Amino acid sequence: MPSNPRTIIQKVWDNHIVAEREGAPALLFIDLHLVHEVTSPQAFSGLRQRGVKVRRPDLTFATVDHSTPTTPRNLPILDPIAATQVAQMETNAQEFGIPYFGFQNRDQGIVHVIGPENGLTQPGMTVVCGDSHTATHGAFGALAFGIGTSEVEMVLATQCLLQKKSKSYEVRVDGTLKNGVTAKDIILALCAKIGIGGGTGCVFEFTGSAIRALSMEERMTVCNMSIEAGARAGLIAPDEKTYEYLNGRRFAPKGEKWDEAVAYWKTLPTDEGATYDHSIAIDADTLEPMITFGTNPGMGMAINGAVPDPADIADPLERESLRKALVYMALEAGKPLAGQKIDVVFIGSCTNSRISDLRAAAGVLKGRKVNSGVRVMVVPGSQEIKRQAEAEGLHEVFRAAGAEWREAGCSMCIAMNGDQLSPGQYSVSTSNRNFEGRQGKGGRTFLASPLTAAASAVMGVVTDVRTLA
Amino acid sequence: MQFESTVTQIQADNIDTDQIIPARFLKTISKVGLGDQLFFDWRYDADGSPKPDFILNTDKAKASKVLFAGDNFGCGSSREHAPWALTQYGFQAVISTSFADIFKQNSLKNRLLPLVVSRDVHQQLRNALTANPDLTVSVNVETQIFTWSGGPAVDFAIDGFAKHCLLAGVDEIGYVQQHEAQIAAYEAQRIGTLNTLAS
Repeated sequence: MPSNPRTIIQKVWDNHIVAEREGAPALLFIDLHLVHEVTSPQAFSGLRQRGVKVRRPDLTFATVDHSTPTTPRNLPILDPIAATQVAQMETNAQEFGIPYFGFQNRDQGIVHVIGPENGLTQPGMTVVCGDSHTATHGAFGALAFGIGTSEVEMVLATQCLLQKKSKSYEVRVDGTLKNGVTAKDIILALCAKIGIGGGTGCVFEFTGSAIRALSMEERMTVCNMSIEAGARAGLIAPDEKTYEYLNGRRFAPKGEKWDEAVAYWKTLPTDEGATYDHSIAIDADTLEPMITFGTNPGMGMAINGAVPDPADIADPLERESLRKALVYMALEAGKPLAGQKIDVVFIGSCTNSRISDLRAAAGVLKGRKVNSGVRVMVVPGSQEIKRQAEAEGLHEVFRAAGAEWREAGCSMCIAMNGDQLSPGQYSVSTSNRNFEGRQGKGGRTFLASPLTAAASAVMGVVTDVRTLA
Repeated sequence: MQFESTVTQIQADNIDTDQIIPARFLKTISKVGLGDQLFFDWRYDADGSPKPDFILNTDKAKASKVLFAGDNFGCGSSREHAPWALTQYGFQAVISTSFADIFKQNSLKNRLLPLVVSRDVHQQLRNALTANPDLTVSVNVETQIFTWSGGPAVDFAIDGFAKHCLLAGVDEIGYVQQHEAQIAAYEAQRIGTLNTLAS
């Protein structure tokens, strides 16, 4: 046992301190800066005003995903404002010499999908992006967090960020998930347990046998929604699965450099005896498929549960929040959510758009038909995932069932690209946020796993996948 | 940095940045002109006309510099468009019992003060506003004291560096650029495992 045992969070932090002095935030070096079209244009304008170049284009990577339509790529971007934004990303990437997967690039995709997919995301890195779901990259043992546009400009200009150290928060998940319970249900259960602000000021480290048992893609799903429990970052120590996933990917180290990198990565896991500022334990054996009923991701419950009653809540502000949420959702307290009629199913987003998610959904839809009252959109996280799914014939399964098979992008998770709910519509979505209007003004979102989403698509109502005949 | 103002209340917990400014307004490549889009979906009817009963559509709110909201204000997305919209509407401070991490950072970089008060003070101010909706609060960043007529003088916390930046108008990027020697020294010894320009 080392004399000064440290968590992985502390180790990654310590390894990136450029300068530190009393009374000021630390200057932290950034190993990977991911850039997308929505939160970067004003930062590039700032660089131009300053007459400054991008300091480390070799540690920067850009793509378009948020305002990018998921319609066939031979069609133009119809929304002129979105088209301007996408074109501006292209201009900025060219002018500042940043590598870029553009709208027509065969490897374009959601920024948090293409990073890992191409081996850009590696253990022990500091990763930032002007997007709160940057926590996704924590699945590799990287300290990865979302930043605002002023900070995007700072990192472009200096490759550094002024940061105060967050507290550490261990989320220990031991046990075995039951059939029909997924990585998404782990993170939705955490959100429900500690609430949307429960991790504010903290970085999660997910530990325990149930976390170790997850694939890399499942780990990304868990880390992705750390921000939905208030934590700016969430990470998982790297292990053999991490190395196996990374080995051979486009930007991963090769040859001798690979061996050196793995030797370094093996020093990262939390030392025995290291302590955390906060901790919580979740028993994987008792978890059920989860679904949200309200207007933030903390308002979730087991799918076979009943919508909670504001009258049962003692705190007046919380009671009022729940009452308002149920009014917006037009749900009745005390009633089960299973059986609630839905209009749309969205399978996609940086949370659940990877090949394993698509396979899970296709497994449910194979040989079945989507309910006639439901629109189902399946949106792969990247064009590479799209090709892989097509090679496996998953697109045929989706189409035969009556679902739409679309191009890569954020799509209906953020509803700024043409994909959106109409006012009053209900959707079961595999994305990460159920805020009012998140998926379109007046739209009502139930967050759930790809299995729950696919089962609900078949039945036309909120459905526990384990009840499908 | 000190100011006096009436108080605009939006009393809900967990006000997320999708409410502060919906994502569809993020297609802009500019950071100006966002004040009219602040709380858009709560503020306007389906036809785009202002809802007369929504607080931000009142003349009093338009002249106010202080927004008073519930716990965990600014949760959700990292969009800096949220503090841009709040400051362009005219707010200089938001009072709450807590703020989401990224929102807090973004606010300080835009001279929007995230003013954290205890639950007790939050309740006292609510009570005072119930008794007198027109009361004014005064906020002083130098002394870190905030008060209202008939109310207590409340000390509020603000990170020392953030305070210095607010008061001196420090350009944080310029400040980091002054560390060029340290950045270069760090780069010289770091073991990099990535080159995005090679493939």
